[in-house]
Amino acid sequence: MEKEYIDEAGFSRETTAFPELRRPRQPGKHPRLREFIFSVKRFLSNPLSIIGLLIILSFAVIAILAPILAPPPYPDDPYKMPHKGWQMTPSPPSPENPFGTLQQQYDIYYGIVWGARNAFRIGFFVVLANLVVGIILGSLAGYFGGVVDEIIMRITDIFYSLPFLVIAMALVVAIGRGLTSIILVLIILGWPTYTRVIRGEILVIREKEYILAARASGASHLRIIFKHVLPNSIYSVLIIASMQVGTVLITAAALSFLGLGSETGYADLGQMVSTSRNWIVGPPDDRLAYWYVVFIPGFVIALFVLGWNLLGDAARDVFDPKLRRR
Amino acid sequence: MNENGHNVVDIRSLKKYYPVRGGVFKRHIADLKAVDDIDLSIRKGECLGLVGESGCGKTTLGKTILRLHEATDGRIYFDQPKDKIEEVERLLASQRPEEIARGKTLLGIMDITRVSRKRLLALRKKLQIVFQDPSNSLNPRMLVKNIVAEPLVTQKLVESRELEDKVVSLLNTVGLAREHLMRYPHEFSGGQRQRIAIARALATNPDFVLMDEPTSALDVSVQAQILNLLKKLQSDFSLTYLFVTHHLLVVKYISNRIAVMYLGKIVELSETEELFTNPLHPYTKALLSAIPVPDPDTGIEKIILSGDVPNPIDPPSGCRFHPRCRHAREVCREEVPKLESAGEAHQVSCHLWREL
Repeated sequence: MEKEYIDEAGFSRETTAFPELRRPRQPGKHPRLREFIFSVKRFLSNPLSIIGLLIILSFAVIAILAPILAPPPYPDDPYKMPHKGWQMTPSPPSPENPFGTLQQQYDIYYGIVWGARNAFRIGFFVVLANLVVGIILGSLAGYFGGVVDEIIMRITDIFYSLPFLVIAMALVVAIGRGLTSIILVLIILGWPTYTRVIRGEILVIREKEYILAARASGASHLRIIFKHVLPNSIYSVLIIASMQVGTVLITAAALSFLGLGSETGYADLGQMVSTSRNWIVGPPDDRLAYWYVVFIPGFVIALFVLGWNLLGDAARDVFDPKLRRR
Repeated sequence: MNENGHNVVDIRSLKKYYPVRGGVFKRHIADLKAVDDIDLSIRKGECLGLVGESGCGKTTLGKTILRLHEATDGRIYFDQPKDKIEEVERLLASQRPEEIARGKTLLGIMDITRVSRKRLLALRKKLQIVFQDPSNSLNPRMLVKNIVAEPLVTQKLVESRELEDKVVSLLNTVGLAREHLMRYPHEFSGGQRQRIAIARALATNPDFVLMDEPTSALDVSVQAQILNLLKKLQSDFSLTYLFVTHHLLVVKYISNRIAVMYLGKIVELSETEELFTNPLHPYTKALLSAIPVPDPDTGIEKIILSGDVPNPIDPPSGCRFHPRCRHAREVCREEVPKLESAGEAHQVSCHLWREL
């Protein structure tokens, strides 16, 4: 009878047929820890991922330490930028204002530091809200299919058919100018992408036999979605999300630049670029006289977006099951 | 095998049609008849082989028994005494509306295709499945521990303290050990993965296990190990198998009886020995003649079937096999043959079996 118990690796005979001979269990690492270490190794194997991580980490440090790096003059409203005087011409970098000032002498350094904090706020808010809505609607559409799928996907089609910037502008104007409106509008318009992606992934996973096996053992729909479907389908949407954090900031900045953002003097990177609109070119004798007002906030935005894009690529390297082993 | 015991599964005129939709408004234009009016009994403790070529509906039939697919029509009785089934069948066939109504209420508790959600959950303990491809039937992001424990958790059969010991004992019965608990499916070979799938199917201590081609994704050497394991488990746990496969030698090895399916219908049903020595249906004969014989001078005549399996959306009239049958006559084109008794423990669905 033992003969039937030997499996192809040949180690079962001693472990099952003769339990007294069972090898002492090796105190190996927990498999989840092993998977995590494997992921970290994969992540670190790409230098671009490390650069992306460093960029985002430094932004995070700046955002966290904002009250120390640039003590707010108005503690009730730290996003209100300090300014000295009303002089309209920006002043160049000086010991007092390391990055120079905008018009009306708003300190660019202060704006960058608190703008970094604001950038995370915008990015995380919008992306998290989109993720939640996208995952819920995408799961419903993909898992249950039928009429539910039809209704949800036709609504996303409607959203896709709208010209994004036009609708975004119209909505912001309708809700009322300001950063909060921009965030709200980006949430309203952003979820269809996530919904579509997660639905597509679920359509693939739904046909797998482990879903049928779970149903055959009497698992509820909720359990199947959370234990089997989502863990196998969520990664592509997480990759998109990590890239979108940067994209969302750029869209918000674009809307700000079009004059739909916050008031001048609010520490928001998009608003700073928008305020500098009149100073992109200098006077005829020195065209680059005010380079700092556009370049510095613009460069910071670009850096933030680049960081998230690199991180998104890294996330794909780590999570994508097609690139991962097995 | 207990000849006198009652049947674990009793299938009566089961139909499973898939609607084919077309046109702008997705109108229902036709039916794909995957399982068409099948009667089949699976006896307690036996292994019933179900063979047929791909697309003949054998897997659909199996999955409908487990209610992984909803049946279109027909009844599947699970573990009911014979006289009770006959009583219900008589009520349903009667002319009086009140008797039909009574039959229908009885079906609500006896028929797998009609039982309530709550009853179905309890039934799922007794009905389990092992799939064809273990790399597809094990969740790649779950540990073996959790995969095997899942039926126990969803059925709330074991307290969490005893869960691990129960899982280890299940793994032991399929030839794996405690050291495999904390691993992911991708760390195992194909045969080992199939063992994990078998352990999961055994977790709830089922009566009936559907084997959906459990060996066809495996190497030949591993196939033999898994078949032996299944045979041993069947006697140890007094299981009943429905063994779906297209591999005739596999069913010959493991099955007590064999049902041959063609295009949604059962064409022949017989004891294994009898079927291999005395096949009656021309389709079965063709299948058997296709088994390779390791002897170049063998005198066996090969029956080569011409053409393809017809489209199940528009099956041939009369006997479904007649367009490919070399003995086909007028009657085959016109009349649908019934599954009739042809000797002891042998049933065949062919107009001409007496003559061939």
